[in-house]
Amino acid sequence: MWQAVYEELKDRGFVVITVAIDRSPDDARPWIEAATPAHPSLIDTEHAFVDLYNIVNVPTILWIDESGRIVRPNDVAFGTDTFKHITGLEAAKHLAALRAWVKGDAPALSSEKARALQSKPTPADQQARAEFGLGWWLHKQGRVEAAERHFVRGGELAPHDFTIRRGTMPIRGIDPMGPKFREMLQAWVSTGNRYYQPLPE
Amino acid sequence: MPPTTFTIIDDGRPVQVQATIEADHVRLSPESVKIALGWNVEPEGLCRDGLCVPIPPGPTLLDGGAIDLRALASVVDRPLAVDAAERAAYLGVSAGDRARALTSLRAPDFTLPDLDGRPHSLSEHRGKKILLVAYASW
Repeated sequence: MWQAVYEELKDRGFVVITVAIDRSPDDARPWIEAATPAHPSLIDTEHAFVDLYNIVNVPTILWIDESGRIVRPNDVAFGTDTFKHITGLEAAKHLAALRAWVKGDAPALSSEKARALQSKPTPADQQARAEFGLGWWLHKQGRVEAAERHFVRGGELAPHDFTIRRGTMPIRGIDPMGPKFREMLQAWVSTGNRYYQPLPE
Repeated sequence: MPPTTFTIIDDGRPVQVQATIEADHVRLSPESVKIALGWNVEPEGLCRDGLCVPIPPGPTLLDGGAIDLRALASVVDRPLAVDAAERAAYLGVSAGDRARALTSLRAPDFTLPDLDGRPHSLSEHRGKKILLVAYASW
């Protein structure tokens, strides 16, 4: 999905790093093998990256500059328009901004602006991640029923965190595209929330 | 209650301690806390790597010579998920620590495997502009 923009801009001191938030390399494998990325394509089964960057849904993108500074905090963007009919988000806008930044035609966000747009975790969010961590460990031990309690608790503590609410569905034997997900999504948006929350223009 | 083996997953790393469990209360021996988590009870308070957190007065943290796990997590400001029945708990990282790191705008380094299990670190790409993308199969 991001291979094309990587190929286009890689000679300008640019790299793409993708991270699959999946329970196993095998869940991510078909996606990675279909994309045949030449850039690093990593897998975060333990939500280590998720926790460090306060990732609450996918896709989430960030820009990091040459000195290792975050110059565009967590935002929503797609590499292609495959899901545009569902998401209402166009790939082109972000791609144009990305090209301009990489080529030096336009600056990224100022530190002040980047900080103002960041979302930071609350104590409840971090408690939810601890519940997820315990649930995932228990699940891997075969203690599936106990794990379920903690996955559910995590989702209750951080209802906006779909890496927990939807991301645990495959672990729990629930179809993450099926009726349970649609029901969750409907309940979420009908109370005035958005499933994808891109940065304001 | 005789002590039992209890697993604490310390920010992803499982360690085993000896604990006594009564209802929802998990109590650990100070020795166990020192070995497994690195926290040592000293006159200055709860100390690790030369850094001490004062122990609040009262019987909550130190209970008859044992350390209460919930009180410990609270004193060191770490979120704690407990499953007393399963004899396991997860100690996470506080919202404050995560927020401070993010506010600094220094991209936190991480090391993760690719499909072949080969580890990659963000810091290997210092000097380049990076598009970091989180996605999933779900």
